[in-house]
Amino acid sequence: MINVKNLNKSFGQLHILKGIDLDISQGEVVVLIGPSGSGKSTFLRCLNLLEVPTSGEIRFENQLITDKNYDINKAREKMGMVFQHFNLFPHKSVLENITLAPIKVKKKSQADAERHALELLKTVGLEDKRDAYPSQLSGGQKQRIAIARALAMEPHVMLFDEPTSALDPEMVGEVLDVMKSLAKEGMTMVIVTHEMGFAREVGDRILFMDGGIILEQGTPDELFGNPKQERTRDFLSKVL
Amino acid sequence: MKIFDMFWEYRDYFFVGLKNTLLLAAIAVVGGFILGIIISLLRMSRWSILRFIGTAWVEIFRGTPMLVQLLIIHYGFATAFNIKFTVFESGSLTLILNSSAYLAEIFRAGIQGVDRGQTEAARSLGMTGPMTMRHIVLPQALKSVLPAIGNEFVTVIKESSIVYVIGAGEIMYQTNTIITMTYDGMTPNLIAAIMYFVLTFTLSKILNAFERKLSNRDKR
Repeated sequence: MINVKNLNKSFGQLHILKGIDLDISQGEVVVLIGPSGSGKSTFLRCLNLLEVPTSGEIRFENQLITDKNYDINKAREKMGMVFQHFNLFPHKSVLENITLAPIKVKKKSQADAERHALELLKTVGLEDKRDAYPSQLSGGQKQRIAIARALAMEPHVMLFDEPTSALDPEMVGEVLDVMKSLAKEGMTMVIVTHEMGFAREVGDRILFMDGGIILEQGTPDELFGNPKQERTRDFLSKVL
Repeated sequence: MKIFDMFWEYRDYFFVGLKNTLLLAAIAVVGGFILGIIISLLRMSRWSILRFIGTAWVEIFRGTPMLVQLLIIHYGFATAFNIKFTVFESGSLTLILNSSAYLAEIFRAGIQGVDRGQTEAARSLGMTGPMTMRHIVLPQALKSVLPAIGNEFVTVIKESSIVYVIGAGEIMYQTNTIITMTYDGMTPNLIAAIMYFVLTFTLSKILNAFERKLSNRDKR
């Protein structure tokens, strides 16, 4: 579904991603872990071209999205993204946050968009917040709304950029629960996280990134149970 | 009281002036607002030629006296290129151009002050750049610079008095007419000052109320 070939990203002199190859298949839940500055978030943001790669190729559903002539908005409609800092639109109500893109981009009717939005609010357990503004919500609620907003575009893949890192500890669970049920429904997901327990439980494949490369990858049992690289063992011993 | 007597006696003159001042200011505010947004977007364009035009616009109109701009537009264009504007056209054009330059800088600050994450979230949903600007960035930017925009509107009302030198019949022009008729240099000017003060004071109160209403609705 997503095929990445020899992806490089530099910010000026700083070489962040050093040749990444990765194939993600339909329905797979891929979790990226690794120390800060290892390039996990940058890599994730390259997948929908929020960061433009310096070189390399990304294919999404067999379309070469890194091609200059490709209209990236077409791919982004099918790639939902959830951010560390939620990035809800503060001047719009919860319902407007969720329906804006379906109405403007997918040209859905307002009634259709709202019906779908209310369904999504139910699945994230916040149907009573439809008319609230983001400032009236807790962090965990904001992030669940942000997930609903991304799902409203009916994406084929969901990208999560440290979705629980900005949350108070007692709110982490409610967001992870929503993500777990998404995974169970077969959504293709790419997740950058520091929640190792969650990674182990939900991930089909764990990638350990360090220094701009994927140092080691495998099933959760392989990577957490029997890491091969010294660097991976060292990292896991510090975070587990 | 002499001031009331004079105001009443020459009320028709003052009301004509008031009407013209309000009309000039309203045209300048609306025109300057739209043009200001366009100029601020030029200043932040990804093409350097457009950035240059935007920057030059702002620097030229802010860096030269409005009186000179007015005289060039009204008399300069007429003699050099035979482009003849009416006094009202020249007056409103000058005010629009001038306030667009100040408003452009205000808008730029507001737009750049909107969190980058807002743009990223909108773009990640498949929204185009212009869509994102219109629905996400501009509404938040305008809200955050509302006080500064209000100040600029107040300034425009006061600065519109300059166009009396070309004879546009606004408050100051009418005031001067009355001065020549009455040989009283004090009272008509005092009346003019009071009229300007009532206009600007009312406007800033209205803007304050509007601002409060907006910020009550969605605090971040």
